[in-house]
Amino acid sequence: MSDLQEFQPVIVGFLCNWCSYRAADLAGTSRMGYPATLRDIRIMCTGRLDPAFVLKALRGGADGVLIMGCHPGQCHYEEGNYKALRRVALLKRTLAQLGVEPERVQLGWASAAEGVVFAEKVAEMTEQIRALGPLRWGGNLADKANGNGTLAGVAAMDEEVVS
Amino acid sequence: MAEEKVGVYICHCGHNIAGTVDVEAVAEWAKDLPNVEVSTDYKFMCSSLGQELVEEDIREKGLTRVVVAACSPHMHEPTFRKACERAGLNPYLFEMANIREHASWVHADDPDAATEKTKAIVAGAVSRVVHHEPLDTLVVPVNEKTMVVGGGIAGINTALEIANAGYPVVLVEREPSIGGHMAQFDKTFPTLDCSACILTPKMFDVGNHPNIELMTYSEVENVEGYVGNFTVTIRQKARKINIEDCTGCGDCWERCPKKVVDTDYEAGLGYRTAVYRPFPQAVPKYPVIDVETCIYYDTGKCRACEKFCPTGAINFEQEDEVVMTKVGNIVLATGYDLFDCRRIPQYGFGRLANVFSSLEFERMTNASGPTGGKIVLRDGVTEPESVAIIHCVGSRDKNYNEYCSGICCMAALKFAHLIHEKTNAEVYNCYIDMRSAFKDYEEFYNRLMEEGTHFIRGRVAEVTDAARMPGEEGKLIVQVEDTLIGKQRRVPVDMVILMAAMEPRWDSVEVSHQFGIGCSAAGFFTEKHPKLDPIATMSDGVFIAGVAQGPKDIPLTVGQGAAAAARVLTLITTGEVEMEPVRATIDEARCSGCRICNNLCPYGAIDFLEEEAVSRVNPALCKGCGTCVAACPSQIITGAHFSYEQIMAEIEGVLWDMGNGQLVPDAQPVTESA
Repeated sequence: MSDLQEFQPVIVGFLCNWCSYRAADLAGTSRMGYPATLRDIRIMCTGRLDPAFVLKALRGGADGVLIMGCHPGQCHYEEGNYKALRRVALLKRTLAQLGVEPERVQLGWASAAEGVVFAEKVAEMTEQIRALGPLRWGGNLADKANGNGTLAGVAAMDEEVVS
Repeated sequence: MAEEKVGVYICHCGHNIAGTVDVEAVAEWAKDLPNVEVSTDYKFMCSSLGQELVEEDIREKGLTRVVVAACSPHMHEPTFRKACERAGLNPYLFEMANIREHASWVHADDPDAATEKTKAIVAGAVSRVVHHEPLDTLVVPVNEKTMVVGGGIAGINTALEIANAGYPVVLVEREPSIGGHMAQFDKTFPTLDCSACILTPKMFDVGNHPNIELMTYSEVENVEGYVGNFTVTIRQKARKINIEDCTGCGDCWERCPKKVVDTDYEAGLGYRTAVYRPFPQAVPKYPVIDVETCIYYDTGKCRACEKFCPTGAINFEQEDEVVMTKVGNIVLATGYDLFDCRRIPQYGFGRLANVFSSLEFERMTNASGPTGGKIVLRDGVTEPESVAIIHCVGSRDKNYNEYCSGICCMAALKFAHLIHEKTNAEVYNCYIDMRSAFKDYEEFYNRLMEEGTHFIRGRVAEVTDAARMPGEEGKLIVQVEDTLIGKQRRVPVDMVILMAAMEPRWDSVEVSHQFGIGCSAAGFFTEKHPKLDPIATMSDGVFIAGVAQGPKDIPLTVGQGAAAAARVLTLITTGEVEMEPVRATIDEARCSGCRICNNLCPYGAIDFLEEEAVSRVNPALCKGCGTCVAACPSQIITGAHFSYEQIMAEIEGVLWDMGNGQLVPDAQPVTESA
C-alpha cells in the first residue's frame, strides 16, 4: 500500500532532563541520524510523567508516545523512573481496554552516554508504529490533510470535552 | 494570556542549523503563531549581537516572553536567561527550543522533515512559554569546607590548593595511606624524575596542613544535600590502632609473625605483615591491622604486636566510626584500577611465570621494591637477556576497552629506558601506534630509538612457551605480525611486560550514583561539558579530577586537580550560589491531606502538618523531580517551571499540525484528570 509506505508517524517523546534528553543531545552532537518522527518534550524526571500527558498527546494526534528515562537504579532523583515504570504499566492496561495497541506507548532507558541507544529506540519505535498505521484518535488524519492546524484548535477541543 | 507578547528567534548557528533547516521559512511561519509579536532568524543568536537583538526587542517592543530556537538548553539556556534579565525580563519567562541537537544535526538527510520538526518544536515552545511564570532563583550560602575524595596525586593537589588558600578541607582516602598509584611508581616519563621524591613532600604537606583533616582508611557512605550544603557520612574503618598513642615506630610489624602477599602496594611481588604500614613514606605514619589475615582474629591467640607495642596503641576491640560532616563542595578524585591482565589468556599472565604486568614491573624496578630495583625474572636472580613490552593490553580492543589508555606508550618507553640502563637486555616494543603527544614526549621516543630499542608495529597475537624453532627453547615466544614489513614474527624473549590499561574503579558506577553524577559507557565520570567544562559535573558543587574522569598522565591530573580547586574556591569566595527554582509547592488550601505524596518523595521533603492536616514541601530539601506533582490526585501540587499547564501547552504545540480544529464524530472522548 503506497500511502502506508508514505505514512510518517508522529511520536511525542517525554525525555528526562538528566539521562535521555542528554542522550538525545549526544545523538545530535555525534550526528547520528534517526527518523524525524519524534517530537520530544523535556521533563525533569520520568517520575513527573502524568498519565494525562500521554492521553493528551494521543488524542492530540500523536500515533505513539515514547517515554525515556535513566536506566533503572540510575535515576538522578533516585527512584523516579521506577514510579514511571509502574504508572506506564497501569496506563498501558487502560489503553489496551480502549483498543490502543501496547506498542504505541513505550518506555525506554538511555543514559547520558547512550546516544546510540536513544537513536535506535526512536528508529525501532517508528518502524513499529509505521506497521500499526495511524492511530486516528480524535480524527486527526482528516484534518491533517487540509493542513489548517492551529494551536487554538487543540485547546478548543479540550474545552469541549471537559465541558 | 492573550496579552502576552512573544518574541521568537530562530538561530542559523552558521550552517549547523541553517544548512538543513529552512530557518527563514520557520521564522516567517512562526509570525502567525498565537501571541507572537516578533519572529526573526539570525546567524548566531549566542553572539553578543544576537543577544542584543533580544534585549532591544524586550525594551522597545515590550516583549513579555522570549523563545530562542537554537541549540540544547544545556548549552545556551543560561546565556539567554541572562540576556532577558539584562533587559528587565524575568529569566524564567524565556524558553529554549532545541532545533540543533534534536533536529538539524540528526535529520541532515531530510531537510524537509527537519524543517517540519523544527516547526513543531518551535510551536511547542511558543505554546509553553505563555504559561511561564516569573520565578526567583534561590540563593543559598556556601559552606567553606570542601570534601576531597581520593588521596592520589589529583586529590592531594586539590586539597593542598584549597587549604593553601585558607579554607578547610576533609580528604577522604579508602586505603591506609594517601599517595595513590603515583607512590608505587619508580620514575616518571619523560624526565625520569623519581616519582616518590616529587610526591612524598606533597604527601607530608597534606599530613601536616592545619587546614586539612585527613581521613585515611575511610569511605564515604552517604551524601545528602545540594551545592553549598552537603551533609556527608564517612565511615572511618577500624585500624585497630589508637592513633593518639601510636608513634609509628614499627615494632608491631617487625614482630608480626604473619606474612601475606601484598597485592596492593607491591602488586603481588612482595610481602607484608598482617599489621602493616603500606610503605615507609606512608601518610599518616600509623599502621593498620588487616583483620582478614591477622592470626588473632582467626584463632584468638597471638597478640604479638600488642605485647611489643611500647605505647600500648594496639586496640583489637576498636570499632568502625561513622562521622557526619557538612561541606559546601565535593571533589571526586577516585583514580583508576589497572586492567587485570588475566582477562587476556593468550598473553599468559598468571600462567607463564615471566609475564609481568606493568605495575609489577614498576615495583620491581623501584629501588624500594621487592627486588631492590633489580630487573630479574620471577626466580628472583636471573637477569633477562631480552624483554618484550606489549602495548595496548586491555585498551584499544573492542573485546575489553575501546578507548586508548593514553599513558601506556610513554610508560613503555620509560620501561625500555630503565631496562637499557640496568641490564644489557634487548628490548622489543610491540605497539599498534606510538602515541607520544604532549611536551617533550616525542623527543623521549626519539631518544629510545637511539638507545637501540626495537620497535615492532603490530598487535601481539600470543605469548607462548611452546618452542617450535631452534633458539626458542626455554624462552617465551611473542607471536606478532610486523605490519611494517608484512611478516609474521616469533620473537623469543626471557621476559614479557604487559602494558595494562587504566580502567575506571570497579565501583565507579555505584560512586557516581552516590554523588548524583553521570558515568560514561566505559565507567569514567562524565564531565559537564567535554570541551569547555571537563571539571564540573551535572551535579552542582560536585567536581571531578584525575583519571576518574578519563585516562591521563600525571601533569594533566595535577592540572585538573588545581582547576577543580579553583572552581571550588570561586564558589567559596562568592559565598553564595544561585539555584534553579524548580521546586514543588502545595496549595495547602486545597490539599485534602491524603498523604499520597509524603511517601513518594525520595528526599523526605514533604512534611505532613498534623494540625492543619495538609502536606507541605520543604523547599530546601526539594530537588524538583516532580514525582509528587504527577501523583497528587487533587492536582494541587505545582511543579515550578514544569507545571501541568506548561507541559500540556507544549504537547498542544508540538502537535500543532495535527489539525484538531474540530471534533470529528467518531472521536473517542478521553476523560482527563481535571
